Amino acid sequence: MDEKVNCTKCKCGKEDKFLKKLFTIYKPNKDNLIQMLNEIQEHYGYVPMYVQQELSEFLKIPMAEIYGVVTFYSRFSLEPQGKYKISVCLGTACFVKGSQKILDRLSERLKIEPGETTEDVLFTIDQTRCVGACGLAPVFTVNGEVYGKATVQDLDKVLDKLLEQEG
Amino acid sequence: MKEELITLKIDNKEVKVKKGSTILDAARQANIDIPTLCFLKDINEVGDCRMCIVEIEGRRGFTPSCVQKAEEGMVVHTNTPPIIDARRVILDLIISNHKIDCLTCTRSGNCELQDLAKKFNIRDIEFPGEKIEHTIDDVSPSIVRDFSKCVLCRRCVATCKNVQKIGAIDCINRGFESCVSTVGNNSLNDVNCTFCGQCIQSCPTGALHEKETISEVWEKLKDPDCYVIAQTAPAVRAALGEEFGIDIGTNVTGKMITALKRLGFDKVFDTNTGADFTIMEEANEFIERFTNKNSVLPMITSCSPGWVRYIEMNYPELLPHLSTCKSPHQMFGALIKTYFAKKEGIDPNKIYVVSVMPCVAKKFESTREEMNYDGISDVDNVITTRELSRMIKEANIEFKKLEDDNFDDPMGEATGAGAIFGTTGGVMEAALRTAQDILNKKDLDTIDFKKVRGEEGIKKATINIDGKKIKVVAASGLANAKVILEEIKNGKADYQFVEIMACPGGCVMGGGQPIKSSKVRAEIDVRKLRANCLYSIDEKSTIRKSHENIILKKIYKEFLKSPGSDIAHRLLHTHYVERKKYKINN
Repeated sequence: MDEKVNCTKCKCGKEDKFLKKLFTIYKPNKDNLIQMLNEIQEHYGYVPMYVQQELSEFLKIPMAEIYGVVTFYSRFSLEPQGKYKISVCLGTACFVKGSQKILDRLSERLKIEPGETTEDVLFTIDQTRCVGACGLAPVFTVNGEVYGKATVQDLDKVLDKLLEQEG
Repeated sequence: MKEELITLKIDNKEVKVKKGSTILDAARQANIDIPTLCFLKDINEVGDCRMCIVEIEGRRGFTPSCVQKAEEGMVVHTNTPPIIDARRVILDLIISNHKIDCLTCTRSGNCELQDLAKKFNIRDIEFPGEKIEHTIDDVSPSIVRDFSKCVLCRRCVATCKNVQKIGAIDCINRGFESCVSTVGNNSLNDVNCTFCGQCIQSCPTGALHEKETISEVWEKLKDPDCYVIAQTAPAVRAALGEEFGIDIGTNVTGKMITALKRLGFDKVFDTNTGADFTIMEEANEFIERFTNKNSVLPMITSCSPGWVRYIEMNYPELLPHLSTCKSPHQMFGALIKTYFAKKEGIDPNKIYVVSVMPCVAKKFESTREEMNYDGISDVDNVITTRELSRMIKEANIEFKKLEDDNFDDPMGEATGAGAIFGTTGGVMEAALRTAQDILNKKDLDTIDFKKVRGEEGIKKATINIDGKKIKVVAASGLANAKVILEEIKNGKADYQFVEIMACPGGCVMGGGQPIKSSKVRAEIDVRKLRANCLYSIDEKSTIRKSHENIILKKIYKEFLKSPGSDIAHRLLHTHYVERKKYKINN
């Protein structure tokens, strides 16, 4: 295998075993880019820059092209994501039913803007398009779990519960 | 095999073209003009901007002619009112997100978007709306990126990624936010950019341009305490005239010197003389490596600063192969500030050396910390061929009407070998002329090494010198450099001497040269015309071998002693460093 894999270091200086394994599972074929990025996003919770550089060497794709792909798809992120990803639907149905208020309340309580993550890496706010649950509008989701016909009060309850759980 | 021809009808005109041609090719062959914007022949043929749409009878909608292949019996219309309307909407939409400051733009008068706006008689902005705010990247010493003037044609991306095989820039983000940028949206200074400037050559607008430094030159020219010296690279004289409407490939050396003197330069010297010094040092270094068994071979030339930056970032383990010679203008700068200053009794601190170069990477090179002697920099400012043309225009000089003048003594006389430095294969040929004489210890008649001339990206030749076979390679364009470096890395290199230039075709096609539109590039072999200009200067020269240069002989005798001497090493040689490709945090 590529010698470079052995010197892969994560930012703490330790060997990055995940990446080393990933480079043995996949062949250095350009077509594997998206699938590998998926696994990377899943494992780290984001796509670290040093990983993009290693991937660029492995797949022989310019790093700028990989960075272009990562910034194109919303499922990849460049920053670590929170333990709880709260997505508020701003699709047409949810929007007319007042989902903006839910989003605003979320921003106000977590003191971050949509797309950002709290400093303790607990919460990430995501504004999303239609999640396919228009009949339940307005909806928000927490790590994929859907809360339908939601109100600001519902959101508060969910947040209170999560904050209590996390101490 | 005879090529298959097909017949189609374009605007009621019957056209016969080779099978596989696009409609755009066919139309141009029939002298029918179709406007294009993102199209750059052989480099970016993607049908992205849709300016080149045409109507094909029997098909719905419009088709981009730059990618649609011509077919037998096709009936094509290129100029109907619906097509013109559609093109206008496309153009309006592109302009709606363009920063319109044509009066102060470096590309005013030579901008493909401006040309289209004129062609379509655009009088008002059809779709005024939100424009994206972008910060201008002017951090690097060589290239400025101003995204507010980008039309997203991707010509620069294709050039960087496919022609040069670098990939420093690409499209990032999506939708309204999508733009051409770098890893981490960083400056070109902090990514794997080599500063070759080929992206500038491919940009249809002012989104990419050199970092202009002419205001400092004007300041120095005004300062009576400052002794300002210009030196001009070989390739500049083969292209400068183009900026004043003179035919491509016209030698304008005489007019260029007159113009520089009129601008107020105290002396105008020829970098070709610097090139002669480079040859003396490089040929000497090569002979030393060639005759000494334990030396690193092949030796690779180091005149092209974009190439040097490339190897420093991508193949640091091969740096010992790189000749330690500085590039001609750096060598020449060092000699001006030592030998010339002493001879003329001028304080070197008061000398300001301006190099006029076909290159934007030279701007970076002159700022490298190794490029000085006792804390005095070899070269103080590097301006491109384009910048010089702007200075001449600013000074209201009618370039075409200028009489000819000669370079100044005592460092003006150069050889034909110095002139061909500006084209791919030229450095190699010049070095061989000197190396063969030194190795044979006599003056040989062989002067033209035609095998290293021509347009191919990689040219290999075997030369017999004093009974020994020397295999040489000349490569231009960084994609070709990569091929050679991989061969060296994998132990497959059976050659001893390699010339590499970062730009395809060499310095005549450098990133600082006059910019040619997509259409001119498709129709005219600009490289050949400019290179021929240099070969003809060489042919007309009375002295065509660097080591026979009279001034050079004198300076070695009085000052440098011999090639490779201690003083020559301190002044004319340099070293290299491994460079990180990216500045990244996590």
